Amino acid sequence: MNFDFSDEQKLLQQTARDYLEANSPLATCRAILEGDQSYAADLWKGAAEMGWQGAVVQEQYGGAEFGHLELAMIAYEVGRSLVPIPFGPSVYVATEAIIRFGSDAQKNMWLPKLAEGSAIGTFAFTEKPGQNGPSRADATVSGGKITGTKMPVADGADANVAIVAASENGEVGLYVVALDGEGVSRTALDSFDMSRGQAKLSFDSAACEKLDSADAAGIAKLLDVAATLQAFEQVGAAERALEITREFILGRYAFGKPIGAFQAIKHRMADLWCKIEIARSNAYYAAWALANDDPELSTAAAIARISACEAFEDTTVEMIEFHGGVGYTWEYDCHLFYRRAKLLSSSLGTPKYWKNLLIDRLQAQAAA
Amino acid sequence: MDFNDTPEEAAFRAEARTWLEANAQPLGPDDEGRNMGELLTPEIVSTAQAWQKKKADAGWACITWPKELGGRSATPMENVIWNEEQSNFKLPNDIFSIGIGMCGPTLLTHGTQEQQERWIPRLLSGEDVWCQLFSEPNAGSDLAGLRMTAVKEGDEWVVNGQKIWTSGAQICEWGILVVRTDPTVVKHAGLSYFVVNMKSPGIEIRPITQINKAQGFNEVFFSDVRIPDDQRISEIGNGWSVALTTLMNERQSIGSGMGIGALEDLVQFASEIEIDGEPAIDDRQVREQIADYIVKARGLKNTSLRTLTALSKGLPPGPEASMGKLVGAVLQQEASSFAMDLAGTSGALLDEEATPASAAWQERYLALPGLRIAGGTDEVLRNIIAERVMGLPSDARADKGVAFRDIPSGPPS
Repeated sequence: MNFDFSDEQKLLQQTARDYLEANSPLATCRAILEGDQSYAADLWKGAAEMGWQGAVVQEQYGGAEFGHLELAMIAYEVGRSLVPIPFGPSVYVATEAIIRFGSDAQKNMWLPKLAEGSAIGTFAFTEKPGQNGPSRADATVSGGKITGTKMPVADGADANVAIVAASENGEVGLYVVALDGEGVSRTALDSFDMSRGQAKLSFDSAACEKLDSADAAGIAKLLDVAATLQAFEQVGAAERALEITREFILGRYAFGKPIGAFQAIKHRMADLWCKIEIARSNAYYAAWALANDDPELSTAAAIARISACEAFEDTTVEMIEFHGGVGYTWEYDCHLFYRRAKLLSSSLGTPKYWKNLLIDRLQAQAAA
Repeated sequence: MDFNDTPEEAAFRAEARTWLEANAQPLGPDDEGRNMGELLTPEIVSTAQAWQKKKADAGWACITWPKELGGRSATPMENVIWNEEQSNFKLPNDIFSIGIGMCGPTLLTHGTQEQQERWIPRLLSGEDVWCQLFSEPNAGSDLAGLRMTAVKEGDEWVVNGQKIWTSGAQICEWGILVVRTDPTVVKHAGLSYFVVNMKSPGIEIRPITQINKAQGFNEVFFSDVRIPDDQRISEIGNGWSVALTTLMNERQSIGSGMGIGALEDLVQFASEIEIDGEPAIDDRQVREQIADYIVKARGLKNTSLRTLTALSKGLPPGPEASMGKLVGAVLQQEASSFAMDLAGTSGALLDEEATPASAAWQERYLALPGLRIAGGTDEVLRNIIAERVMGLPSDARADKGVAFRDIPSGPPS
C-alpha cells in the first residue's frame, strides 16, 4: 500500500514551490489582473525551462516526459501560487489532446512548440451560455475548413493553437486550428478572473485538421485527464487560501482575543479543512487511476473535480467573510482567490454538470 | 503510487488468510447485519468468547500487543491487513471492542508490569470483558468536569457517584474508571484513573433505552464501592493524561468503523423508486444530491487509504480519525433522511415488509444521532481539528485556574 507521491515527485513539487515563491508572489497575479498584459510571459518561459509544459510530452518531441503524477504535483504548485500563466488549457488539454489523438505529423508540428512554450494551446469546446461539455457543436467542418463561433475560450487572445470541438457530417470531433491563420478572428472578453484571459473565437472557413482518433469516449477521457490535473491546482489554491485566512484570524483581535479563538469561526475553519482533505484524497485517487490507465478514472475524475471545485470555492467564500470588511477591498488578496475559484469551477464544466456525469457513469458501471 | 502489498505484507496477508480459511466461515451475501444495539444474550457472549479464545490460542488475538503478554508484536499495518482479511469472514458480535480497542492499549501505555500481567492475558483471550466508566450525567464533552469521588481509606479507595453511557456493563468483569480524588485543585489535576471489578459490592447497573429502542448503554451507580490501591493506574492526580490515551484510541476505533459503503446503494435505491411514474434517479436534483453523498463517501474512503499508507511507512496516523467520524456521521444521517424522503409517504414507515430496502435507511436514521455524539460530539471534534491540527487558540474558559469545587455547575436538576 503506497497511496502517496514518491520522494522524487515530492522533490519536483518542492522545486516548483521554491521557484514560484521566489518569482510569483501574489503581487504577480495582481499585476496581470490590474495591468495590460494578459499573462506573465517571463514566468511562462521560466516554467518551460523547467520542463513543466512538456511534463508529459515524449522526449522525442522535446518534452521532459516526467509523467502525469509529476504533472499533478506541478499543477498543485501552479494552483497554490495563482501564477498567471495559460498553463491548464495549454498543458492539461491541448498538449494532452495532441499526444493522445494526433498523427505523427500533427505531433511533430505542435508538440515541440507546446513543450518549449513557444506555442500556447487552448481548448475551444463551448459556444453559448448553459453549455458545459463538448457533446454538441454548432461549429461545422467541411472540406478541412471550420466555420462557427466558440466562447468562452481560455487564453483565446494569446493562444497559437486551439483544439476545437466541431461537427462534421453530424458527428462531433476535435480539430486542430492554428489561430494565426486566415479566417480566424478573436475578441478578448472581460474575464471574471482578470488574471486569466478569455476570448471569443470566430472561424470563417479557417483551415483545420481533424484529430482522427478522438471519438466520443476519447474526448470524455481527455476531459477526465484535464479535470484530474486541474483538481490538484484547485486543492493547492484552496490550501493556500486557508493558510492566509488562518494567519489573518490569528492576528485579528476582537473582544479582547484573536477571532480565531471563537468557535463560530474555528468550527467553520475545521469544516473547510475537512473539505480540502477530502478533495485532496479524491484527487490522489484520480491521479492513481490516470497514471495506471485504470478504468476507474471515469468516476474518479468526476469525484475529484466535484470535491475540488467545492473545496476551493467554499474556502474563498469563507476567506472573505472571515477577513471582514478588508476582505472585500481591492487591496487585499482575497478576491484573487475568489475569482480563480469560480474560473476553475466553470472552465471544464460546472460541478452540477459533473455530478450528472458521475451518476451516468456509476449507472453504466453497475449495468456492465 | 500503488495499492500493492510489500512482499512482507503479502506474506503476512497469506498467512492470516490461511488461518482464517481453516478456522472461520466465509461471509455470505446476506450476512451483513445491521446489529445496532442487539441485546447481549448469554449465547452471543459465549460465542464471541469462544472465537476470541480460538484466536488467542493461535496467536491471532490483539496482534499488535507484546508477544510476552499473548500478542504477536505485529505492526499497525499488519493489524490493518488482519482486519481486512477478517472482515471477509462471518464473525460473532464484537463484544471486546472497548476492552481491546481502548482499555488494553491504555494499560499497555500506563500500567505497571504487574498490572499488565494481571489483566492483559485474560482480556486478550476473551475470558474477561471490559467496559469504560468515564461520562457522567453532568460531564460529557467537558469530561474533566466529572464529579464521582474517591476517598482513600488505608490501602483502599471508597468510591461514590454515577457513571453513564457505559456499553455492555452487565456482562463485564472489569471496567476502567476516572474519578475525582482532589476537588481542591483545578479540574484536570484532581483526577485519578482506576480499574474496577464490576462485580464489586455497591455497583448497580441500569440499562438505558435509546431512541431506537436498543439498550446498548447503561447507567452505573457506585455506593461506597471499595477499590484496592493496587488497581490505580499511574499516579494520583494523573488520571486525565491516562484518560486521554483511552479517548485517542476510542476515536480511532469509531472513525475506522464507519459504514459509508451503503451510500453507494443510493443509486440503485433511487432507480427502484418512482417519482410521478419515472425512476427517481432520472430527476436531476436527485442525481446531484446522490452524487454529493458519494463524492464525500469516496473522499473518506480515499482518505483512509492515505492513513494506511502512513501506517505502512511506519508513520503515525494523521488526524483523519477525527475527520472520519465528523464528516461520516453527518453524511450518513443526511443521506438516510434523503433516502426516506425518496420513499414519499412511505418514508416514515418502519415496517420491514412494507418499507423500501426493508427499512434500512429508517433504522440508520434512528441510529445516527448516537454516532454523532459517541466518542466526541461533532463540536468537540471540530475543536480538536481546529486546535490540534490547525493550531487555532482554544476558547476562553470560565473554569480556567479555578479549584474544581469553586466552578459554577448550573442549577440543580
